[in-house]
Amino acid sequence: MTAEQVDEVTRGPFDFDIRGSMRRGLLLGLGLVFISLAGLPIGLDTRILIKPVLSLGYLSLIWLPFISGWASGTETVLDGVATTKRGARDLVRGGLVGLIGGACLSLLVLLMNWFDLRDPLVNWAPPLSAILQFDRSIAFGVLVWPLLSAVLSCAGAGLHIITPKIRSATLSAVLFTLAMAIFETFIVDVADFLDDKLYGQNGGLTVMSAIVVACLAFTVSAIGLGRRVATARVNYQQSTGKTKASQTTMLIAIAAITVVVVPMITGKITQELFANIGIFLLLALGLNIVVGLAGILDLGYVAFFAVGGYTTAVLTSPNRGPDWPSWVPTLPWWGALLVTIAISGLVGLFIGAPVIRMRGDYLAIVTLGFGEIIRILFLSDWLNGYFNGAQGITNVPPADFGIIQVKGTDPRSVFYLVLVFAAISIYVSWRLERSRVGRAWMAIREDESVAEAMGVNTVNMKLMAFVVGAILASFSGAVFAAKVGSIFPTSFLILVSIIILVVVIVGGMGNIIGVIVGSIVLIGVLGGPKQPGLLAEFSQYKLLIYGALLIWMMLRRPEGLVPNVRRSRELHQEEFLQDAWLRGEIDDDANTEEVDS
Amino acid sequence: MDQPLLEMRNVNTHYGAVHILKDVELAIYPGELVCLLGGNASGKSTTLKTLLGMVTPTSGEVVLDGEVVTGQPTSYLVERGVTMVPENRRLFKRLSVKENLELGAYLRDDADGIDADMERVFSMFPRVKERLGQRAGTLSGGEQQMVAMGRALMAQPRVLLMDEPSMGLAPALVQTNFELIQQIHNEGIAIFIVEQNANMALSIADRGWVLQTGRVVLDDTADALLANPDLRRSYLGET
Ligand SMILES: Nc1ncnc2c1ncn2[C@@H]1O[C@H](COP(=O)(O)OP(=O)(O)OP(=O)(O)O)[C@@H](O)[C@H]1O
Ligand SMILES: [Mg+2]
Repeated sequence: MTAEQVDEVTRGPFDFDIRGSMRRGLLLGLGLVFISLAGLPIGLDTRILIKPVLSLGYLSLIWLPFISGWASGTETVLDGVATTKRGARDLVRGGLVGLIGGACLSLLVLLMNWFDLRDPLVNWAPPLSAILQFDRSIAFGVLVWPLLSAVLSCAGAGLHIITPKIRSATLSAVLFTLAMAIFETFIVDVADFLDDKLYGQNGGLTVMSAIVVACLAFTVSAIGLGRRVATARVNYQQSTGKTKASQTTMLIAIAAITVVVVPMITGKITQELFANIGIFLLLALGLNIVVGLAGILDLGYVAFFAVGGYTTAVLTSPNRGPDWPSWVPTLPWWGALLVTIAISGLVGLFIGAPVIRMRGDYLAIVTLGFGEIIRILFLSDWLNGYFNGAQGITNVPPADFGIIQVKGTDPRSVFYLVLVFAAISIYVSWRLERSRVGRAWMAIREDESVAEAMGVNTVNMKLMAFVVGAILASFSGAVFAAKVGSIFPTSFLILVSIIILVVVIVGGMGNIIGVIVGSIVLIGVLGGPKQPGLLAEFSQYKLLIYGALLIWMMLRRPEGLVPNVRRSRELHQEEFLQDAWLRGEIDDDANTEEVDS
Repeated sequence: MDQPLLEMRNVNTHYGAVHILKDVELAIYPGELVCLLGGNASGKSTTLKTLLGMVTPTSGEVVLDGEVVTGQPTSYLVERGVTMVPENRRLFKRLSVKENLELGAYLRDDADGIDADMERVFSMFPRVKERLGQRAGTLSGGEQQMVAMGRALMAQPRVLLMDEPSMGLAPALVQTNFELIQQIHNEGIAIFIVEQNANMALSIADRGWVLQTGRVVLDDTADALLANPDLRRSYLGET
């Protein structure tokens, strides 16, 4: 299949789908107005990125025209179909989209001036007006937004015109500079000496350092570092057998050394962040087995986290409820861990047994119920004598390993403990996935009754997924108890279940690397249910962003950030086939089986 | 004749309080091709599920090689050579053809034997080999039928239970399909076909039963059944 060379056609600068572009512009405007009224610009304005020109608040608005401009210029390239020559046409189209989008924001500025809608819309208030008017006059705001938006959108569309090399260099410069600014706390925490050199007094890159950083990133990218990395990746993916095995070992070794060494040289903030990521990573790995591999949509997964946390707390803390009989011992942390694992496994069986016979939506709803029931039991008056209700169990002692004590005030120790468990969980998941059990889960996920007819013991296998998931979650609960030093029912809200599920879905269901990436990106950057991430300012909008991300992923990349080969084949098969058909690889009647053969 | 491979002795099956199979008796001998005919909801699929242990009879016995296997799990029967091609083929639609075949051999441990059987399937259905990486749900109806049979063969069956193999296939394909079944039969595998399409099934079968609201009402050779006026009236659309 040789792709025939088809000439590019040149079209005039106004020869494009104007109505489509106007629609796109309105969509952009809608997005800008929504972000404004959701309050992002106000909430994030205090975080200065580049002093004094850019705050996170403005960034929350201006990225959108840029992306829209780029998107307006993307065209599906079909082999054998003439492409349009890039040029002024793209800029005009991008500019139009941006102009209309910005005009919507101008309209908002005017409307905010004329009407008072503060009652339903809390952010319809002077602070937002001030930001949208750049702290100047109404006229200034009204005039500047369409222009700014058009320029940004033009720039986005312009990316299609420049050569790929310059494009990637430009993007690296922009993204790297923004990353340096956004992750300031993290960077300063790791490399203290950069603080005075790069960043201004109240935070934010100085204009000077921003320019230096951008130029540096541009040059490095232009030299071709990015391309070399990409080539290395392709080489790795294409290598086979022994080479691949040794390369994989190398990669794992490098990754292992990095995670072990980095926390030694970083400050507390980073260590704390790593510890939080780790705790949620453990949960996500467990849920990945239940949802990703066995296909059981468990919405009450937090229950096992709670059971793990409470069991550890009861067995280690002197402040457990007064009603416990005296034969229930107070154990050191690792002793409690063994009991915790056993009890979580049992609870997994106990909750799993009735639930496992249901399918699909029923199962999801019932597990959701169980998740809440467990929390409410811990909160209840009835069991107050055991779990102290809302007061929770305090004074959970650190996990004492002789040489080191794992406790919340030393996040590094927590991180290393989590690392050990993560290694165990990853190994267990990996082995299970490739075993007969893994194949049974795959069959159950796809079609339970057929799996049964093939001889899969569906009830046992599903229970097993539940129990393994419960045990992995209990690791997390046990570490959590030692880290926080106290356990309350409010740590185990349904929100935890949902966030872990989002991590698994966004990372890539059924895919260990995906789950790791998902945890780092979501928990590390945005933050967990209560734990702040790198973008602490976002905590107020965390759920909004989680939701938006989830929807976007479902529409555009249902296989997750890091797809595994099978899932992506499953989900994009239609597109592959269509492409193949367009290329003429599949003849029309391939699907209408010949009879006379 | 020698001992039956698979037997139902006086089996009654209930779903809840509903009585589905009523005193069903049937026997399948090694290497023969037999069929069970019956109209909608007469209990044909239930018979297969009972034979395979997916449903436990309320009374009576399922017997394999002279051993009573009533109440044994499905895996016990599959391991001993009883395999089913489910109604409507039911491939694992989102998995590749290869994965479907591999799952057919789920209970087996002998990697070499599995590879050999995979080759055997390819030589029987060359078409399947070409489509190995394709997602099973996107195969054509005829190809899906081949993969469904291939998947069943991967379990090394001695008796293949087929639930309405001609259902949902284009009329032209039904004939090819029965040729495939005969091809498998020629390898010495006993076949038990459950069908509404009585004409076609009887044309290749040695013997057959007719099931009516859960009761076996006729039990005879294929030729005798084809000649039976009652059957002709109710199943072959003659008046
Ligand atoms: N799981 C079940 N629970 C309750 N009733 C069931 C169940 N499965 C089947 N039935 C009922 O048992 C009766 C026989 O069903 P069965 O599937 O065996 O029919 P069939 O002969 O295979 O019909 P068809 O030719 O339409 O496939 C039907 O009335 C059906 O509704
Ligand atoms: Mg049926």
